[in-house]
Amino acid sequence: MTNNILLAGFGGQGILFIGKMLAYFGLIDEKEVSWLPSYGPEMRGGTCNCSVVVSDDPIGSPLVDEPDLLIAMNTPSYDKFIDTVVKGGKVFIDSTLVDAKCDRTDIDCYYVPATGLAAENNMKGMANIILLGKLLKETGIASMETVEKAMNKVIPPKKAHLVEVNLKAIKLGMEQ
Amino acid sequence: MAEKSLMKGNEALAEAAIRAGCKCFFGYPITPQTEISAYLSKRMPKVGGVFLQAESEVAAINMVYGCAGSGIRCMTSSSSPGISLKTEGISYIAGADLPCVIINVQRGGPGLGGIQPSQADYWQVTHALGHGDFHALVFAPASVQEMVDTVTKAFDLADEYRMPAVILADGLLGQMMEPVAFEDVEIKMSDASNKPWAASGHGGKRKHTIINSLYLKPDELENTVRERFARYEDVKAKHTEAVCDYCDDAETVVIAYGSTARLAKSAVEAARKEGIKAGIVRPVTLWPFPVNEINEACKNAKNVLVVEMSMGQMVEDVKLALNCSKPVEFYGRTGGIIPKPAEILAKIKEMGGKN
Amino acid sequence: MPEFKRPHALADVTTHYCPGCTHGIVHRLVAEVIDEMGIEGETIGVCPVGCSVMAYDYFECDMLEAAHGRAPAVATGVKRANPDKFVFTYQGDGDLAAIGTAEIVHAATRGENITVIFINNTTYGMTGGQMAPTTLPGQVTQTTPYGRDTSNEGFPVKVCEMLSQLDGVALAERVTVIDPANVRKAKAAIRKGFEFQKNKQGFSIIEVLSTCPTNWGKTPVEALERVKTEMIPYYPLGVYKEGAVR
Repeated sequence: MTNNILLAGFGGQGILFIGKMLAYFGLIDEKEVSWLPSYGPEMRGGTCNCSVVVSDDPIGSPLVDEPDLLIAMNTPSYDKFIDTVVKGGKVFIDSTLVDAKCDRTDIDCYYVPATGLAAENNMKGMANIILLGKLLKETGIASMETVEKAMNKVIPPKKAHLVEVNLKAIKLGMEQ
Repeated sequence: MAEKSLMKGNEALAEAAIRAGCKCFFGYPITPQTEISAYLSKRMPKVGGVFLQAESEVAAINMVYGCAGSGIRCMTSSSSPGISLKTEGISYIAGADLPCVIINVQRGGPGLGGIQPSQADYWQVTHALGHGDFHALVFAPASVQEMVDTVTKAFDLADEYRMPAVILADGLLGQMMEPVAFEDVEIKMSDASNKPWAASGHGGKRKHTIINSLYLKPDELENTVRERFARYEDVKAKHTEAVCDYCDDAETVVIAYGSTARLAKSAVEAARKEGIKAGIVRPVTLWPFPVNEINEACKNAKNVLVVEMSMGQMVEDVKLALNCSKPVEFYGRTGGIIPKPAEILAKIKEMGGKN
Repeated sequence: MPEFKRPHALADVTTHYCPGCTHGIVHRLVAEVIDEMGIEGETIGVCPVGCSVMAYDYFECDMLEAAHGRAPAVATGVKRANPDKFVFTYQGDGDLAAIGTAEIVHAATRGENITVIFINNTTYGMTGGQMAPTTLPGQVTQTTPYGRDTSNEGFPVKVCEMLSQLDGVALAERVTVIDPANVRKAKAAIRKGFEFQKNKQGFSIIEVLSTCPTNWGKTPVEALERVKTEMIPYYPLGVYKEGAVR
């Protein structure tokens, strides 16, 4: 079993962060994992994406160009990657920021107004986590126990007070 | 077994260098290796080491020359254009028989090229890392964990043979995170105490040492170079490494190094699932080049495919190694494009009917 | 009356320098300072490329031979790894002020605790007398056969003046060795440089106006006279900067 996950949006939306979370889910569950960011000038302000592979077998390519799971947090990313998703794949779209509706019938698309929900629930900047929650619900890729462990790995001790609100955001995403 | 954590290749390598007894680091920022400098700038002062951002790549490698010449374990890192600048200093380091570790996190070239992963510096690192008759040890790890494990080996062999060692990575390995564990390593020869040749101050206890690469008498220079090449033969005999998988009955053997070898291995495994007898050889050392290992692995092969992120550089060494005994084909992407396993698989299939 | 003898730090070998060249005097002064401070065993010297390329054979302390212009970087590497040792470079004007300009400027501005002995003889000696960055306007060399034309070759680099602008510099002093009084002053400057280093007080450079009778086409005595009449007016002697930077 291998998940090829692609996360895409603007720099500053926390794309790399949820990538790290997903990689830690795999690590905690004793799977093979890799995490590869886009790098270079684009990571300072432009579009940003991150490939995460979680697998039972050693990972060949850490670069995901045909994802089975896609999180798209802006329109350019949606446009760029929606056709690369493999048949049977799942796509999680921040519908506050992406107007488009997908007409593919061979994949499942989930439209979550994540940025709006974050604003309404005093979770500014956590649209990424809300989408991750939705992904967890639809894929069952990790247990809540694993999520909590990963959260404690990814959030540095100095910012430990943020663990709780992040977990709330996960749960809010799972309710969508 | 040490606990695993997720780390970027560049940062894991930097941490491994400290654990391997690297006392000083001299570098200059360049994408995609800058995390090495950034990490060491944080860590070195905390472990009593030296981190210094030099004014140029040229200065950085010459700082390494001075530091290594005084017997202290040291390292520099860069990416392709920066390595070109360092080649002068590397030649002097080789000429003065100094040990050090040099990291090249390759990007596309020539010129400024690009910043995405590439393997277009194979020729430079194995054949022309500076002027003159010399070699550097060249290691090509293929995972973040292997980057870590290679660092200690690189320092130890550099010290043992008094020669520069290069770890040849690329943007993919440098930037990606994978689980990594740091096992305790025995630190050998990290200071001048076992290096009677070092210029660290004679303390009135011995005659002065001279770190030098200048020999104005041709016979002296020839003898020095010959002595160095005799050492190289010992390196070849003892430290050539390659990993071979699925080669015993392979009809098509794929040869690839570094991150490309991971992609090629995925393709080989996909081929096996389809009943195609494919195998893979991954040279772990690029110098010394695993000539015997390749010949052994290709014994039963009908043909050989070399895959690189370049227009084809290592493929020439493979052809030399096989000495026309097998047909050798090439598949490569360049400019920062990573070959997909599916593309490699298609090439393997295309070659299936040929011998 | 002290006996005049070879300093211990100066190797008992015949140097390859030309008659009338002042490298030998400067070598001796450095060696005398090393002896007087009792630091030969703690001193590591770095040689340049140029006439003094083989100075590693002339000093009894540990020595490294650097690539052309890179001595300050090499010295930085030695010093950072061995902060309690004494490290000096010995460089000519082509090495220091042309190909190695970046290295000297940045070693200076970092306040690297090293001492630089800089030989300015307005020419490339080893390669046979080509234009140096310090060649005077109008001076004839192998590559300025009609005299250095500032509209084509630009102007000489005044190293002490330039480096004295940098905050990392504890000592920038220009001296010469054309007569006994100046030799004494030169030695005092070199000693000062090593003392700044001893106290970890910053970078020091001692520029020595020197002769090259061979490439200047002069006798040794005429060469000394040229330093006085042509070089010193363009490169005034004296202290350009002095004072601990840390």
